[in-house]
Amino acid sequence: MAALVIAEHAGGQIADATLSAVTAAAKLGGDVHVLVAGGDDAKGAADAAAQIAGVSKVLLAQDAAYAHQLAENVAPLIAGVAEGYDAVLAPSTTTGKNIAPRVAALLDVMQLSDIISVEGPKSFTRPIYAGNAIATVESSDPKLVITVRTTAFDKAEATGGSAAVEAVNGAGDAGLSSFVKLDAVKSDRPELTSAGIIVSGGRALKDGPTFEQYITPLADKLGAAIGASRAAVDAGYVPNDYQVGQTGKIVAPDLYIAIGISGAIQHLAGMKDSKVIVAINKDADAPIFQVADIGLVADLFNAVPELTEKL
Amino acid sequence: MKILVPVKRVIDYNVKPRVKADGSGVDLANVKMSMNPFDEIAVEEAIRLKEAGNATEIIAVSVGPAKAQETLRTALAMGADRAILVETDELVEPLAVAKILKAIADEEGPGIVMLGKQAIDDDSNQTGQMLAALMGRPQGTFASEVAIDGDHVSVTREVDGGLETVKLSMPAIVTTDLRLNEPRYASLPNIMKAKKKPLDVKTPADFGVDVTPRITTTNVSEPPVRQAGEMVEDVDALVAKLKALGAV
Repeated sequence: MAALVIAEHAGGQIADATLSAVTAAAKLGGDVHVLVAGGDDAKGAADAAAQIAGVSKVLLAQDAAYAHQLAENVAPLIAGVAEGYDAVLAPSTTTGKNIAPRVAALLDVMQLSDIISVEGPKSFTRPIYAGNAIATVESSDPKLVITVRTTAFDKAEATGGSAAVEAVNGAGDAGLSSFVKLDAVKSDRPELTSAGIIVSGGRALKDGPTFEQYITPLADKLGAAIGASRAAVDAGYVPNDYQVGQTGKIVAPDLYIAIGISGAIQHLAGMKDSKVIVAINKDADAPIFQVADIGLVADLFNAVPELTEKL
Repeated sequence: MKILVPVKRVIDYNVKPRVKADGSGVDLANVKMSMNPFDEIAVEEAIRLKEAGNATEIIAVSVGPAKAQETLRTALAMGADRAILVETDELVEPLAVAKILKAIADEEGPGIVMLGKQAIDDDSNQTGQMLAALMGRPQGTFASEVAIDGDHVSVTREVDGGLETVKLSMPAIVTTDLRLNEPRYASLPNIMKAKKKPLDVKTPADFGVDVTPRITTTNVSEPPVRQAGEMVEDVDALVAKLKALGAV
């Protein structure tokens, strides 16, 4: 029994999402290997992967065709390497979600998406209906292809391991697709999905400048990432990638401060695993208060500046 | 160029799903059902491509029970030209749906298969990618912008770090994300007209696809309920409480 984790990496660094997937893979009970597929900087990421506690081997596939994780090129590589494994796991990031089903279809396997626990060698739980129900599922496929909800698994220790790195080869460029560009969001703030503290704003912030005026100073003070509800994103206050929720980012920080967010089901599905939830809302009946550890019924335009000052 | 648009009949996104007491699933009896919202976006995008002169025919497909005809009629009323229902009362998994769609794509030869990135019932997010693999064609998932450029299609994708643009040779598979467009409402005259548009009914067996599930759902339960905490009177109390919890 051995499991292969598909590494998410950038700039020679292993992403935290990979560490959560390693923890999930270890729960299957066998050896855990990591595949790093990428371009020039993949070697550095493979060396970093070799340090992850609990990883016994790292496979490195270095080819310019793998640099941008194009599913058309990477999936056949993974499907080939998967021959020697009982399970293939990828984190439920946009990269993992893009590639894993393509791998599963190439292997004629029905994928298990977004697992939140390992119940047995082939049994898992996963959220369905936007987190309104939890399904326990069991696969009958000989090989498993799994995506892992990263917030549901602790991160494996990034150091302490000393796995060997072995080169593997795939077919390279499938000639079907090409990478054009990435408009990366540049920010000095911590990344939403890995932030320890998140300050999130909702529709009550009125408009973009107001959102900025009230949310940003508090986030600055706390060294927090900034999130938003779908309503705030749809209203154009902030860009898409701020969205926390079932259809946006799933987060689980130590502290989540929801400001002017009513707490629609799909938003709650994206943040209810946060350790401490604070809600500030004018409406005492807002559903957000049903999940908040600390609730304050107040006008955010008074409360937030005061909070920023007093923290 | 033809565009194939698979659509799924799911619980309406405004309805709060209720888990059955015996843990066998979510109660769908007497619940409002609608087209999966991501699929509506796919239908809309296909119509816009046709309106811009990039496509000639839009074929909507659904794999599901007889009542999925209603979902297909919605697609037709929005502007699809004809529809195919692959009728089955089984719960068909994404892999089997992808196999059926591949068989249909082999017959129809679409330039683009446009589908929602995930269905809001099982939240699998697999069918498009699987179809692309089975067809041996490229995939542009989580699309927020789609532009046809000769025999290629440029897809801007919503990825974790921002927006990524890829160029795909057609035929290609595109899966839609929320902000690609705002789907139109079907007008009453178009709803009437849709009733006369062709709708073929087939079965999975017609395509030689075995829809036996690979995954068994052994239990469905309510998610753990998070207990509401404490309400505080003012900001001072909030700060004190945060400090007491060691959260700041």
